[in-house]
Amino acid sequence: MDALIPQLLNGSAQGALLLLAALGLSLTFGQMGVINMAHGEFLMIGAFSAYLVQQVIVASDLSIPVALPVAFVVAGLFGLLLEVTIIRWMYRRPLDTLLVTVGVGLILQQAALQIFPSQGVPVEKPRWLDGQLTILGYDWPLRQLFTILLAAVCVAALSAWLKYTSFGRRIRATVHNRDLAETTGISTRTIDRLTFFVGSGLAGVAGVAASLIGGTNSQMGAQYIIPAFLVVAAGGIGQLKGTILAAWAVGVALAFFAYWTTGSLAQVLAFILVIVFLQLRPQGLFTVRTRSLA
Amino acid sequence: MLELTDIKAGYGRTQVLHGVTVPSADVVAVLGHNGAGKSTLLRLAIGLIKPSKGRVVFDGEDITSLAPNQRVARGMAYVPQGQQSFGQLTTLENLQLAADGRRRRKALIDAQLARFPALEQFATRKAGLLSGGQRQQLAIARALITEPKLLILDEPTEGIQPTIVAEIEQTIMELAAAGMNVLLVEQHIGFALEAAERYVVLASGHVTQTGEGGKAATSTVRAAMAI
Repeated sequence: MDALIPQLLNGSAQGALLLLAALGLSLTFGQMGVINMAHGEFLMIGAFSAYLVQQVIVASDLSIPVALPVAFVVAGLFGLLLEVTIIRWMYRRPLDTLLVTVGVGLILQQAALQIFPSQGVPVEKPRWLDGQLTILGYDWPLRQLFTILLAAVCVAALSAWLKYTSFGRRIRATVHNRDLAETTGISTRTIDRLTFFVGSGLAGVAGVAASLIGGTNSQMGAQYIIPAFLVVAAGGIGQLKGTILAAWAVGVALAFFAYWTTGSLAQVLAFILVIVFLQLRPQGLFTVRTRSLA
Repeated sequence: MLELTDIKAGYGRTQVLHGVTVPSADVVAVLGHNGAGKSTLLRLAIGLIKPSKGRVVFDGEDITSLAPNQRVARGMAYVPQGQQSFGQLTTLENLQLAADGRRRRKALIDAQLARFPALEQFATRKAGLLSGGQRQQLAIARALITEPKLLILDEPTEGIQPTIVAEIEQTIMELAAAGMNVLLVEQHIGFALEAAERYVVLASGHVTQTGEGGKAATSTVRAAMAI
């Protein structure tokens, strides 16, 4: 029982970071069906953006709030560039997309290695993230709380954007039936670009959060990409609430497995659990209910 | 308003339309058996497929190379076969999609809700949960919200209960009477000929007969469809 609360809180923070990494994928993979293996590298770009912002704005109290939108825009622009130059030609060729984006990911990793030191660069935590909050007798680091809060804000903003704005409606319509969307007057090319920009931008925001926990290096994206894909698949393709629940469940499972075994074995066990779950329920946690196919 | 001239088109290596020409008229009905190429012709008219040969001219402008959304912006609207709607969006969201970016957005939506009262009743219900007839009404309402100059309808009464068929046919007749141009594919030959100013009969992707609607004998059209 003593371990329950700390592991639950730790797991929630891990789940929040996983959710941030998976949130962008829930758009580009979940909604558009694009297997973008370079998504992890957009996360890395977000993390390096935070470092670069700190070179300009030295006061970390201010630099991290500034870094969040900067990382969103920078990673989003990289995503947009990828969509315009490569992905747009491959929408109905998932295997080709996968292979090409693996290549793009490697190029971005090597580019980061050329620009930044191989051991990575530090991102300084703001002072307001030092310290702890006592919850149920457990001292919970504010840094973890910040990750959860950031994930909650991103989820709320994304959900509201998809549900209440005209762009959100158009994205949902395009995902549902591209031809019908076009003949309703929606420029599906514009929607594709916008969706990719936002999805990649969210990876950039995740990168800032990840940099505060584990610093930055050129390989950091690789450690998030597979878990993020598993989370999106386990949640149910295109189902945001499923992604949230799956991320939290995987985060908590990781925390408990790490407590009972070791950190690396915990990763193995958690993802075996996801794979077994997907074998039993390939459609994921949530599915679409309609009376018709259209 | 819409002229299709010497159209050749198909899917991959399979050619479906072999030099089809559709004259310009206020209401044109395209008739033919299943597989004759009617739906392909309408998909081509709205831009979902491109012709390998031929021209599509709308309102005096060559629109052959334009994307569907650009054709909608120029005043074309399309109601596809099969009561298609955005099933995961509510009825109201389906209508809002077509109205987004237009002036008098609310008035445009309200006008269609008034035209099809069943849609108002189920405004917050997901479109995928509506009946087939309601989904078809929604598809027509969504098209009309764009205030089109030309309405393209692909078998609007197919698979729908008779009472709603009558409502849809009445709506089409009212729109035509109000001056809207209509390009109609319809299996119900009697209604199509009654509504049409001109008709075109397709068989195996070839035009086998054209004529003036209303005056044409149904038996003559049926004979042409069989060729």
